[in-house]
Amino acid sequence: MTRTQIVVGMASCGLAAGAQEAYDTFEEKLSETDTDAQLGLSGCIGACFLEPVVKVVGRDGKEWTYGEVTAKRAAEIFEQHVVGGEPVLEWTFEQGEHAEEVETFMGRQVRIVMRNCGEINPEIIDEYLARDGYKAIEKAVTAMMPDDVIDEISESGLRGRGGAGFPTGRKWKFASDAPGDIEKYIICNADEGDPGAFMNRTVLESDPHSMLEGMMIAGYAIGSAQGYIYCRAEYPLAIHRLEIALAQAREHGFLGDNLFGSDFSFNIEIRQGAGAFVCGEETALIASIEGRRGMPRLRPPYPAVSGLFGKPTIINNVNTLTNIAWIILNGAEEFTKYGTETCTGTKVFSLAGKIARGGSVEVPMGTTLDEIIHDIGGGSYSGEPVKAVQLGGPSGGCVPVSMFDTTVDYEELAKTGAIVGSGGMVIMDEDTCMVDIARFFLDFVQDESCGKCTYCRVGTRRMLEILTRICSGEGEMRDMDTLEELASKVKNTSLCALGGTAPNPVLTTLRYFRDEYVTHVRDHKCPARVCKPLLTYSILSDPCTGCGACKRACPSDAITGEKKQPHEIDPDLCIRCGACYDVCSFDAVHVE
Amino acid sequence: MSDPAVTDSVDLSVVDEMIEQYGTDTSAAIPILLGLQERYRYLPIDALRYVTEKTEATPDQVYGVATFYGQFRLEPVGEHIVRVCHGTACHVRGAVSIDQVVCDSLGLTDGADTTEDYNYTLEKVACLGCCSLSPVMMIDNQVYGSLTRKKVQRIFKKLGREEARK
Repeated sequence: MTRTQIVVGMASCGLAAGAQEAYDTFEEKLSETDTDAQLGLSGCIGACFLEPVVKVVGRDGKEWTYGEVTAKRAAEIFEQHVVGGEPVLEWTFEQGEHAEEVETFMGRQVRIVMRNCGEINPEIIDEYLARDGYKAIEKAVTAMMPDDVIDEISESGLRGRGGAGFPTGRKWKFASDAPGDIEKYIICNADEGDPGAFMNRTVLESDPHSMLEGMMIAGYAIGSAQGYIYCRAEYPLAIHRLEIALAQAREHGFLGDNLFGSDFSFNIEIRQGAGAFVCGEETALIASIEGRRGMPRLRPPYPAVSGLFGKPTIINNVNTLTNIAWIILNGAEEFTKYGTETCTGTKVFSLAGKIARGGSVEVPMGTTLDEIIHDIGGGSYSGEPVKAVQLGGPSGGCVPVSMFDTTVDYEELAKTGAIVGSGGMVIMDEDTCMVDIARFFLDFVQDESCGKCTYCRVGTRRMLEILTRICSGEGEMRDMDTLEELASKVKNTSLCALGGTAPNPVLTTLRYFRDEYVTHVRDHKCPARVCKPLLTYSILSDPCTGCGACKRACPSDAITGEKKQPHEIDPDLCIRCGACYDVCSFDAVHVE
Repeated sequence: MSDPAVTDSVDLSVVDEMIEQYGTDTSAAIPILLGLQERYRYLPIDALRYVTEKTEATPDQVYGVATFYGQFRLEPVGEHIVRVCHGTACHVRGAVSIDQVVCDSLGLTDGADTTEDYNYTLEKVACLGCCSLSPVMMIDNQVYGSLTRKKVQRIFKKLGREEARK
């Protein structure tokens, strides 16, 4: 009989939901009892909506996964399952209260990039090795010529998963064609800056070796001996696990000189980002690694010809690289079985916002938005109808629910004005104001604009001012035309993708939700009740029981009233924070 | 804790240590500054000056980098950093009101970002990557998810009690 295994999912999402408390409880219980059960950790299986997630493999080898494991539940699972041998069925993914949800969430996914996420301990290389880890690099170096590797990747049809969807094989070919005696570099872009996207973090925290192996294969293919991982500083746990993985890979001889007895040598260094969204753009990223301000430069020359320190450089996104080892081991043909003719394979999306089942999901390219959001994601968390999805962060756009039959495919999504982008999907319901969303993104890009191009620097600011005015009820009808005019100028006169795509959230909301703009401007109302200057809070005397909850919650002492008597809000003192609305159990607070 | 702004001159041996570790090449500038900030918790101007003297990096490069990237701070900060996430997912799930409750709980008014006792500094961040648990905030290295007004108040009350016990 084997020992019972307890595995706690400890990626950032799990930790934010309380995985550490669950882990500590198991640890404490283990030290108090004489069971020989083993406690370990894993990354994230993607079902963030049920975090903290704990897997227990019993002595009989049967595996059970528990969701929402609080410290209290952990204690009970320990007693009943680990010690007693009886799973606490009601909390399990397999048979518990969320079983059906888990089935629809996981059942439709195809896992290539996330093949090991949640399955292995990201801090122990042996667990990666046990799942064919570093077999692909071995195969590449010992049985394939660099050009064979590039051909295989080209045949797979893999396209860059960071946003633009450039064919990976072709990109590698450019760098490989440069004379072999000059230095070349591979950079992994792990500067996941799009707010609302976290699929790179999930992979790096859950399975760092898969990405490293992809980098090594890329290095072998183009003839590079040095790789850099450019990871944002906001991901301390990802950096920590990458450091561990790098040290282990070196120890096992997967990194260093003359790998697998060949003349191929490869090393990887981590470079931390310092908090600049524009560094997701490849020339800005290069400037940052070179120690300069992250400002993009004109292309061509493309980095594949002249990149880091003026040398040929390939920059691939985390998810692109995580596909590589799988393709080398399983073959290009196997990869093309998934997805569409022009977009092969799978894509990982982050589901967040007003979604019922948030998390990281991996689906074949060509899946419809509806399947991802309504079937896998379960629609909105409140049960209210979904209004739109925001795709691709500040470079993307808002696609209305009426167009959810659109498939996720680089070309198809571009037709809607949005982009696949890094894969962040923020779901919005009727309580989300689309004008406020446009203003939110403009606020973000004007803050993150590096300032090099005038229209990006000044134009986005002017656009933000107009949007702020509209959200305050001081907009004019002609503002919408001005926004469109500015948008096209910012798009056309910016050097890099940040400025080139910055107006997308404004343009798509103007295109699909123009009526919301009009209501703000003409009626001075925010239909979603989000734009504070346009709201009025009042208390309906009928349902109000005078319980005083709102009065206690009000931070500005704007609410008055005797006990058990209807209360009132002083509009001059009210700061429209919504605290009263949130605490009222009688629906007595009225907002319009 | 005493006001770090009035403590005497900075210990420049930290800079030497960083240069030892990362070298003097211009490309070492960002790792050096990140290292310095981790130790000093901000970038003292004297330390920056010393970096330009000891490395290939020019004053315009060092100051340019220090002011370009969002991570770098040129002012002293509180003992604990509170990062309220303002990513898209957090925004649609009410980050603005979370931010306000944090300000209220810490007694920060008129746009101040550091408490008078230099115990806390509040930062607005673009995305912490925990979108599925939005709204979120991070206090030092601990992430708190699925926040509500009440939950935020409880977290700071609890931290205040722990502080008092020390």
